[in-house]
Amino acid sequence: MLRKALRLFSMTLLALPTLLLAQEEEVTQTTILNMPEGVSTVSQQVYGLHMLIFWVCVVIGVGVFGVMLWAMYFHRQSKGHKAENWHESVKVEIAWTVIPFFILAAMAWPATKVLIELYDTSEAEIDIRVTGSQWKWQYEYLGEDVRFLSQLATSQDHIYNLDDKGEFYLQEVDNPLVVPVNTKVRLLLNATDVIHSFWVPDFAIKKDAIPGYTTETWFEITETGIYRGACTELCGQGHAFMPVVVHVMEQDDYQFWLAEKKQEAAQLAAMMENVFTLEEHMARGEQVYTASCSVCHQLNGQGIPPAFPSLVDSAIPTGPIEEHLNVLVNGRQGTVMQAFGPLLNEIDLSAVITYTRNAWGIETGDVVQPIDVYNYKQGQ
Amino acid sequence: MAHGPAKGLSRWIFTTNHKDIGTLYLWFSFAMFILGGFFAMVIRAELFEPGMQLVRPEFFNQMTTLHGLVMVFGAIMPSFVGLANWMIPMMIGAPDMALPRMNNLSFWILPPAFLMLASTLFMEGGAPNFGWTFYAPLSTTYAPDSVNYFIFAIHIMGASSIMGSINIIATVLNMRAPGMTMMKMPLFVWTWLITAFLLIAVMPVLAGAVTMMLMDINFGTSFFDAAGGGDPVLFQHIFWFFGHPEVYIIILPAFGVISEIIPTFSRKPLFGYSSMVYATSAIAFLSFIVWAHHMFTVGMPIAGELYFMYATMLIAVPTGVKVFNWISTMFRGAISFETPMLFAIAFVILFTLGGFTGLMLSIAPSDIQYHDTYFVVAHFHYVMVAGAVFSMSAAVYYWLPKWCGRMYSEGMGKLHFWVSFIGFNITFFPQHFLGLGGMPRRYADYALQFADWNMVSSIGAFIYGASQILFLYNVIATIVAGKKVEDAKTWDGANGLEWTVPSPAPYHTFSTPPQLDNAKAH
Repeated sequence: MLRKALRLFSMTLLALPTLLLAQEEEVTQTTILNMPEGVSTVSQQVYGLHMLIFWVCVVIGVGVFGVMLWAMYFHRQSKGHKAENWHESVKVEIAWTVIPFFILAAMAWPATKVLIELYDTSEAEIDIRVTGSQWKWQYEYLGEDVRFLSQLATSQDHIYNLDDKGEFYLQEVDNPLVVPVNTKVRLLLNATDVIHSFWVPDFAIKKDAIPGYTTETWFEITETGIYRGACTELCGQGHAFMPVVVHVMEQDDYQFWLAEKKQEAAQLAAMMENVFTLEEHMARGEQVYTASCSVCHQLNGQGIPPAFPSLVDSAIPTGPIEEHLNVLVNGRQGTVMQAFGPLLNEIDLSAVITYTRNAWGIETGDVVQPIDVYNYKQGQ
Repeated sequence: MAHGPAKGLSRWIFTTNHKDIGTLYLWFSFAMFILGGFFAMVIRAELFEPGMQLVRPEFFNQMTTLHGLVMVFGAIMPSFVGLANWMIPMMIGAPDMALPRMNNLSFWILPPAFLMLASTLFMEGGAPNFGWTFYAPLSTTYAPDSVNYFIFAIHIMGASSIMGSINIIATVLNMRAPGMTMMKMPLFVWTWLITAFLLIAVMPVLAGAVTMMLMDINFGTSFFDAAGGGDPVLFQHIFWFFGHPEVYIIILPAFGVISEIIPTFSRKPLFGYSSMVYATSAIAFLSFIVWAHHMFTVGMPIAGELYFMYATMLIAVPTGVKVFNWISTMFRGAISFETPMLFAIAFVILFTLGGFTGLMLSIAPSDIQYHDTYFVVAHFHYVMVAGAVFSMSAAVYYWLPKWCGRMYSEGMGKLHFWVSFIGFNITFFPQHFLGLGGMPRRYADYALQFADWNMVSSIGAFIYGASQILFLYNVIATIVAGKKVEDAKTWDGANGLEWTVPSPAPYHTFSTPPQLDNAKAH
């Protein structure tokens, strides 16, 4: 009786996951089950390879588990099956050692072909340097004088559940990478602090960005659209918060965008000599602070001591401007405070210094100008 | 030699008895399993829904790091050392381990090491937060101060493992009963012998890696610091030269356990004993030449990438041989489904699934898509949990009657099995989908399209976690109040010398070497 009950119980439990899974699929149509086929010239080959190996495994699995289940059902002691005593067969053993070699060789062949193509970075039309830093990406269009940071655009309120999450929660950035369609783009990756990894699933590319190295990869996208990816190498507390967003445009739109970016750069250069008022710099500084500083030092400047010191209690914002510049431009060696000198332009640096010297009840009244930052950098 | 154990606490502190030390190892590893499991519950609770609810990302990273370290070095490895201590002398007809005092030392340095590692949680700056793979420079220049305690802890664990391995090798090579040739040893002894050699080969490499970290952090060297002319990728090569054999260190003893249990409950000798030995050796050899398949995205030259892909694919051959042999052992046997057998069958099925995803991961172009996603997390939990942990559960139920002379409750054992099996699959199967869909591992928070499967996975994790309380209950209930077993041989299909001594096994066994019955060597 007990055995029967147990068996019934076991069977119900066995069926449960299948039911759960089936229901899950009905509830949401967007439920993900498989790798995207992607939109690059190689992503479909990678997808094809993935499916090929998957089906080979399924076929082998059905065979192996089939035999096993057969034995479990028909060769049970409770059905009165008597054990036989054989325990060796050289022929069979040689067969199942040798046959897998051929199956593996059959897999290795297409895999090698795809890999060779993935590694062919030659003859790229556009070169973009991708620099990973904690926790943002910098894109530099080589030869075009266009360079900008790309950071998470999801607010802390969304992350900490104070506000409803949007459709692209954690997959939206302020400045996406922009590339033209049907054009071979080469990425040259490196990093300023720890190892990051640049991944866009739809492009079937993933490459580590390593301090001291330049790694390279390439893609050619066949459909315009916005594609979202991620950093895939653990890079500290902001690891989940430095997405990759790529905007693929028609060639004309791309050229238009590029011209606009160049113009922006020129305007910024022209603004370098401007003198900003406290109000102007406080507004700009707050934006820069929110984007670049608040993950560690928090929006209220209180930080998360001891790893991320409070700015409100710190001597830096009220101390000499020289030291403040030093910390921001060169970072703090041996801590997570990185050098922002190469990451932010002089206007943003001067704005954020001004902001932190005049926010959260600190009132030094100091207004740091872009030219001060420029002079400081030159003086080093 | 008729004296029994000493009384009180000194029995456990000063013991040189292989059974006592085995018991210490087993309980210690179970305590670590619970601790590591607790860290996993924090992870899964935080990932239950998108958004940060319970912990901060900084603490989340400490949890993933400690979960990995505690489970690998604290739970799985010591549990198999404990099993080796208990079973190897009894299986080869030896009175004890070859080096009993070292045996005591190799256990007793472990608790301080883990105490130190766990204490980092309460230090300023927090516990290690760089993942169990501790890639430089995140683990050097950017690490919290507690990294120094972590390094010391790793050194002690390494020393313990090396001592344990020397002991096992010395015991197996020198202390077998007359007539027990190498090719008559039980497979569990074989797999442990090979594992011990792997440990001796790679633990010093790990020690070297953490020593270089220590130098970089405290003494101004630049082994892994690009700014000083060092190389962050060098760290990964060194780490995985240790890390890949480490995977087999964990799984080979599990293979041994399964190779003992399946013949017992199939009432049929193990199919292809010698090919099992050769396959194990082949896996051990291959484990040294495939390490960079963990690094397909670091930008190796294509020749290196191709070589590591081909070499990795080869592992499927000896691993396949093992699976085929286990199934052939069951085929035309007289199978019964006691708890150890259920765990063993689940092992074969789920480990094979983990093997399939391993084969998929070996294909470099598609690995670029899988790498560092939940697909990898699913893969290695299928081999680590359904592999190592399930085989360990099987081993405990299988040999518990021998250890304590009492029988566990079959109904409760089966309940533990089914809750574990279902909880495990609900936890980890959906993680394949998450990974393929694009969710990277070690993420404290995730985009909305991953919400469904994460919730399913968390529910599964809570079920699986709870099932371990059942396990603890079963073991304690058996020791305290289980039905006494009379026979030396608990299972009618069992073979091997351990089943010739009384149950419970006396404090000293085989003070005089046993006579080997030729037909029943393995």
